[in-house]
Amino acid sequence: MSYLEFLATYGGRFVDGAIITAQQTVLATVVAISMAVLMGLMRLSPSLFVRGIATVYIEIFRGTSLLVQLFWIFYVLPLFGLPLEKFTAGFLAVGMNLGAYGAEVVRGAIQAVPKGQYEAALALNLSPMTRMRRIIFPQAILLMLPPWGNLLIELLKGTALVALISVSDLMFEAKQINGSTFLSIEAFGTALVIYYVFGRMVISPAMRRLEHVMARKMGQA
Amino acid sequence: MSEHTYPNKLEPGSPMVRFSNVTKRYGPLVVLDSLDLDVAPNEMVSIIGPSGSGKTTVLRMLMTLETIDDGVIYVDGEPLTHMERNGDLVKANASHLRKMRGNIGMVFQHFNLFPHMTALQNCMEAPVQVLGLSKDEAEQRSVELLDLVGLADKKDQHPSRLSGGQQQRVAIARALAMRPKVMLLDEVTSALDPEVIGEVLNVIRKLNSEHSLTMLMVTHQMGFAKEISDRVCFFYGGNIAEQGPPDQIFGNPKNERTRQFLSAVLEAT
Amino acid sequence: MFDWRWDFTFEILPRLLWATMNTLLAAGIGYGIALVLGLVLALAQRTPYWPLTLIVREFVEFIRSTPLVLQIFFVFYVGPQFGIRLDPWTSGMIAIGLHYAAYLSEVYRAGLDSIPKGQWEACRALNLSARRTYFRIIIPQALPASLPGMGNYLVGIFKDTPMLSVIGVAELMHTANALGSETYRFLEPYTMVGVIFLAISLPTAAGLRFFEAWVRRTLGMSK
Repeated sequence: MSYLEFLATYGGRFVDGAIITAQQTVLATVVAISMAVLMGLMRLSPSLFVRGIATVYIEIFRGTSLLVQLFWIFYVLPLFGLPLEKFTAGFLAVGMNLGAYGAEVVRGAIQAVPKGQYEAALALNLSPMTRMRRIIFPQAILLMLPPWGNLLIELLKGTALVALISVSDLMFEAKQINGSTFLSIEAFGTALVIYYVFGRMVISPAMRRLEHVMARKMGQA
Repeated sequence: MSEHTYPNKLEPGSPMVRFSNVTKRYGPLVVLDSLDLDVAPNEMVSIIGPSGSGKTTVLRMLMTLETIDDGVIYVDGEPLTHMERNGDLVKANASHLRKMRGNIGMVFQHFNLFPHMTALQNCMEAPVQVLGLSKDEAEQRSVELLDLVGLADKKDQHPSRLSGGQQQRVAIARALAMRPKVMLLDEVTSALDPEVIGEVLNVIRKLNSEHSLTMLMVTHQMGFAKEISDRVCFFYGGNIAEQGPPDQIFGNPKNERTRQFLSAVLEAT
Repeated sequence: MFDWRWDFTFEILPRLLWATMNTLLAAGIGYGIALVLGLVLALAQRTPYWPLTLIVREFVEFIRSTPLVLQIFFVFYVGPQFGIRLDPWTSGMIAIGLHYAAYLSEVYRAGLDSIPKGQWEACRALNLSARRTYFRIIIPQALPASLPGMGNYLVGIFKDTPMLSVIGVAELMHTANALGSETYRFLEPYTMVGVIFLAISLPTAAGLRFFEAWVRRTLGMSK
């Protein structure tokens, strides 16, 4: 069949899969940002214990494979009494994995805020928490947006793995269609293009927009 | 600590600021060497000297940006770097430092304004967060201070839209908003283009004449120091080499090093 | 619930270690391909012939922006469509090599771009051949800047080898899956896979940092 016929027949399934992928991406992003901010701040704590917890988390999730983490969360956690739905296991694994990379980005951005800002805040007698919340972190956000743009693309790519625990996302549908039609180029090719569009034409421009908006809010644009 | 005795409190009538045998080291380098320095209430003291002489460290230690290795610093009769526990003086903990820090304000060489806030918000931030003022009270106070430094019309501008001189004036207003007893000025004009230095010096002049503030100023502006100071301290090698009224220091320096420094500075200007 | 069996763990360890060898081999070969191919892709984007530059640029972007696992499937299944029967290993190596070549080409580009134009001009003025220019002047300067990126991707490619399991390459993940299906025990296989990954990736990352510092010192360009 021609490609147009292919799209007419299977287009709906691609859309269904793409919707699941979008959901996974959004949910994983929420998890990733939460973990990144939490662990990034913890890495900067004066307490060795708190720093240690964050370091362990970051090293484990960065040092092992996302696929391994995904399988572990889905197949092994139930043995500890924590059974998870595959959909949930999917975005949790992706989110926690990217959150570890994000934690380093958050930490780096906070440390990149000029030392003079800390000193001015200290001179004004702001408490450490107020200083972080009102002065340092807002400036760090602007600094961390470009790396986060790249991380979100990685996150989108990571969600493709949830197909391997049978979540019916875009990649899962592509695999199914390939399995029944053997039209590999059309099936996988279409999926590749959709991922590309999601990444380069939705996520990247959105992040650039966000950078612009934040810069203006900070009075720098 | 050495044979010096460090009272837990100073008597009434004591200096506003007292450095008592203060030593500060960075590794093997001794930056302040058994420094004794008194500043009377409402006195304006200029600190001059070559780089590395410890001038900025004096201010930074007073602002609790640096820790102390030996000696005690007193502010308004109370120890700053130390606190009383069971009748003895021990190194201050974080909450004691926070309590004492409220007496001191600082203006930095590189302004350090918060870039994501307007001039007004910069001034309001600490009064609201630390002193617990309501937004309205803080705003009123801040507008008055911005007016004092001549920038009431720029209150809603972000620092990126202001010139260096304007930013520094906002920084002065911001420090004043906390009503400190002691104001520290750390080379506040060194990072400014020549044409805007004057407007900042004018504000400092105004502060000195119209407000009761104890001020310590590290500066390279010799003419200004001569004009406005009650006392000038020449620092060398981590201690005061010579101090006295401006006429004496600039006109008739007794110390050889002071003479050398001043003649080198005059050659440059 | 939590009933870790050490005896089982030691039973499966030999198989897992053998699979680790496979994994390291796959990562090594893939990385080797990526190192060379990446340089080709980077240089192809610096030609004055703009259609080529544009096409390569878009191609690299496309590879970097789409999931590796999907690319692996693509290469594996599309080959036969053109009559090329590719076994899992070969398609896996092609896909992963190409994917990381795209990443490395960006690292190379950044490294090459960081070299001041004056260096290139000086080489031209001294009439140095292209080979001399690149090998004696340009690459020694671009290398220290590129090493951190290259090192990251070495660790990255090692961690991405589990994706090859989906087309049946007998690396660590695949073996763990097999063990799980055979014995119905997933706890030990998956956990040990995680441990093995950590045991390799963490020291490698640390070692790479030393290596980077050594290279900088050797080339006389310490911070």
